[in-house]
Amino acid sequence: MRKGFDVRRQPGFTAIAMGCFILLYLPIILLVAYSFNAGESIAIWEGFSWRWYASAWENEQVKDATIRSLILAASSSAVATTAAVLAALATTRSKPWRGQTVVFAMVNQPLMVPEIVTAVSLLIVFAVVKSFTGYTGLGYLILAHSAFCIPFAYMPVRARLQGMDLSLEQAGADLYGTPLQVFRHITLPQLWPGILAGAMLAFVISLDDVVITEFVKSAGQDTLPTYMLGQLRRVVTPEINAISTALLAISVIMVTAFFFINKTRK
Amino acid sequence: MSDMALSDPAPSPETRARRERRSRWLLLTPALVILSLAASGPLLVVVIYSFLTPGDYGGVEWQFSLDPWFNVVAERDFFTEELKLADAHLLVFWRSIKLSLMTAILCLIVGFPTAYFIATRPAHRRDMWMLLIMIPFWTNLLIRTFAIMELIRNQGTINTLLMASGVIDEPIQMLYTEFSVLVGMTYVYLPLMILPIYASMERLDFNLVEAGYDLYATRLQVLRRIIFPLVKPGVVAGSILVFVPCLGAYVTPRVLGGGKQLMLGNLIELQFGQLRNWPLGAALALTLLAVVMVALVFYVRAIGREGEHNA
Repeated sequence: MRKGFDVRRQPGFTAIAMGCFILLYLPIILLVAYSFNAGESIAIWEGFSWRWYASAWENEQVKDATIRSLILAASSSAVATTAAVLAALATTRSKPWRGQTVVFAMVNQPLMVPEIVTAVSLLIVFAVVKSFTGYTGLGYLILAHSAFCIPFAYMPVRARLQGMDLSLEQAGADLYGTPLQVFRHITLPQLWPGILAGAMLAFVISLDDVVITEFVKSAGQDTLPTYMLGQLRRVVTPEINAISTALLAISVIMVTAFFFINKTRK
Repeated sequence: MSDMALSDPAPSPETRARRERRSRWLLLTPALVILSLAASGPLLVVVIYSFLTPGDYGGVEWQFSLDPWFNVVAERDFFTEELKLADAHLLVFWRSIKLSLMTAILCLIVGFPTAYFIATRPAHRRDMWMLLIMIPFWTNLLIRTFAIMELIRNQGTINTLLMASGVIDEPIQMLYTEFSVLVGMTYVYLPLMILPIYASMERLDFNLVEAGYDLYATRLQVLRRIIFPLVKPGVVAGSILVFVPCLGAYVTPRVLGGGKQLMLGNLIELQFGQLRNWPLGAALALTLLAVVMVALVFYVRAIGREGEHNA
């Protein structure tokens, strides 16, 4: 074989790959950079300033939407993770059972059905419920978000359960541990990283949701993403960039942490 | 033997199976209740609504009608009662399918070499490269769409740069065109293409590639005859994973298409908003769902084929 001949090389592929990474990050980097712009433009740089963060911070609507987004994400990820952990315990490590297909289809439905379809279906149902009960609180959003977060919380927990060593639990049972004791002292401690990863994923998914929230929310119930969507029609100032950057920071931190939690378990 | 069995009555296999069954459904209850209230139940209601008559101010009249399904593809002329195809709907269907296909192709052109690049890095570096692909994917879709918008709008980065450098005098109208929707969707869904292709490529046996070169194959021949066939399931899976969310896209065409370049998702929304025809909206939503389900069947088959490959 010729000297220096690399069987893995394909001409142009590295260049395209580099271009791909640049394309993936350039728009986001520009978005973040202009959130620090002193001027009012999102394209002409006029020096560094924190003014748009200050103005977002003082914007009552933004503050209101931020608090609502965080409450919603925290409560729905808590509900979804609890339900998902129980469901994972019920469905992992057992022989095929009756109803399995239906249950898996239900758990995975939010991943398969387009968001817009789920959104209008919830709009229809909640419109009826709202007119009957008169209740227009945050409950609808929490329920809707919990539902579509379940598969995201379910996956890491299930993966963790499948990779778990059964002999420890057997040893616990041999030493007269009750099923509950075995679960608390043996299964749960091993399961924690999976639960944590699932909860974080659910939190990010809920925090970022636009479509379902837009259709389910009652009047004056904007979350940060729906507030931003509403603002895009107007003249855009770097204030939107500042809000985006803050949201982006939360997602990136969560996702990177998720990645490392997932990695260390091996 | 029998004495022992009496003093320590172990539960019979049937009892144990029954207990296991009961605890399983008990553990599943919370998840199933939430999902049936806010996912599968509402979907069934949509099916019912697609056979009803629209109410005057949104909502429905409880009167059976096949009109919504009929109206998905056809319409009756208001004055002459003449039947004709619903051009506006068909245009949106066509645009949705066309843009989704084009997005999948663009993602493939960029994603295939990128996946190849990552798969040929040293093993300990690959995770880092994949993390770089996944981080943008897990960040807010609206923000990524918005980042593209800032780049291509008339007062945006590209036009400002081009005008400052004297290449153009007038800003190029890129926003609110099919082009902008295409660019936006490619940008937001690209990771979905790279992920499955990378998964197939990571398992690629480069001895086969080397054997190809030993037999005097050119680089292009190796790519076409050895690498591509081996990672084809990943390519099919990636294309469908991109195609499906594009078909149902709502945010990207709304923000980058600006209400002019409607896609299916936006057409559905219109029926529930301005046009107040909920049954038609329901029928359109189910049409979209049906197309997506067909695509997902192909996806499952592609994944299954890959399983056989490695067995």
